[in-house]
Amino acid sequence: MSDVSINTQADTTRADTGEAGFGDYFALLKPRVMSLVVFTAAVGLLAAPGSVHPFVAFCAILFIAVGGGASGALNMWWDADIDKVMKRTQSRPIPAGKVEPGEAMAIGVALSGFSVVMLGLAANWVAAGLLAFTIFFYVVIYTMWLKRWTPQNIVIGGAAGAFPPMIGWAVVTGGISVESVLMFTLTFMWTPPHFWALCLFMKSDYKDAGVPMLHVTHGRRVTRNHILVYTLLLAVVAIGMAFTGVGGPIYLVTALILNGLFVAGAVSIWRRDEEISESDGYKRERAFFALSLLYLFLHFGAILAEATLAPYGIGGW
Amino acid sequence: MSFRVDHEIHKRRLGRNVGVALVLVSFIAIVFGLTVVKVTRGDYEPENARIVN
Repeated sequence: MSDVSINTQADTTRADTGEAGFGDYFALLKPRVMSLVVFTAAVGLLAAPGSVHPFVAFCAILFIAVGGGASGALNMWWDADIDKVMKRTQSRPIPAGKVEPGEAMAIGVALSGFSVVMLGLAANWVAAGLLAFTIFFYVVIYTMWLKRWTPQNIVIGGAAGAFPPMIGWAVVTGGISVESVLMFTLTFMWTPPHFWALCLFMKSDYKDAGVPMLHVTHGRRVTRNHILVYTLLLAVVAIGMAFTGVGGPIYLVTALILNGLFVAGAVSIWRRDEEISESDGYKRERAFFALSLLYLFLHFGAILAEATLAPYGIGGW
Repeated sequence: MSFRVDHEIHKRRLGRNVGVALVLVSFIAIVFGLTVVKVTRGDYEPENARIVN
């Protein structure tokens, strides 16, 4: 290839060249979702009774993150057709033409196998089994089956994002317990109101893509009702956790404040209709969504604080 | 001496190669570190390997 030919291609986009950069492959792993996985898995690991070598803990969290990333890559491979239609996902590596779908699948499968085997070797096979099940659940049960089939997709599929603290817990204890199931339940119950709030102000994205989200199939009024019901159920779980082995006074105060705010936000969304929401650009819905991110982060942060301060006689009951 | 003009594609390709290299080096470091931790903690020591005087 001559220099001239190179220069004439200077304006070609990444999509034309088929030459993805390292960052494009990294974007396949959904780094933002991975950060949530890392944080909740780390809290599960640190809150568990017992201990593991710090390097083993670091590797375990890394492999859990890689497993989460692998499932993200497989999700992008399978959903490439609808990602192309939805504004929110159009810039993802496959619809943007930066990465070939086959490449994404190969990376997803390879990293899935790699992360499960490495977690098994580094920690234990219970944790590895849970990670394998999480990947299977997210890719097969949620992405391939539920997402395009039922408006309850996000309710059941949310389980996939709720497993990481259980895996972190299993890394230390080699098993499952009431506390780890409760941490799972917290994220599981949090996912529907968090996601439905996003759906309310994402307008027609899912409708255009033909994904049967609740607001598409049953309307926005029903979605608002569901947000309120799930938020109330979530508050019971979240506050109830304060009286278990992972809870304590710090967690209780955090949960009371956050759940008070969250329920108030859900009531506010429930009392509004589309006309009012559209007039202020879905201000309350957006605020509720932003609060939901802080909600989960601070709940797990409080669990972490309880576990970290317990040796000094401050955390826990 | 090269007369080839450096193109954006070359930079991207270099970035990708360096990225893959770093991932592979990190993997080696992780396997080495895990081996050291496991061996020094006696994880792979058979139960009947104790020396009896």
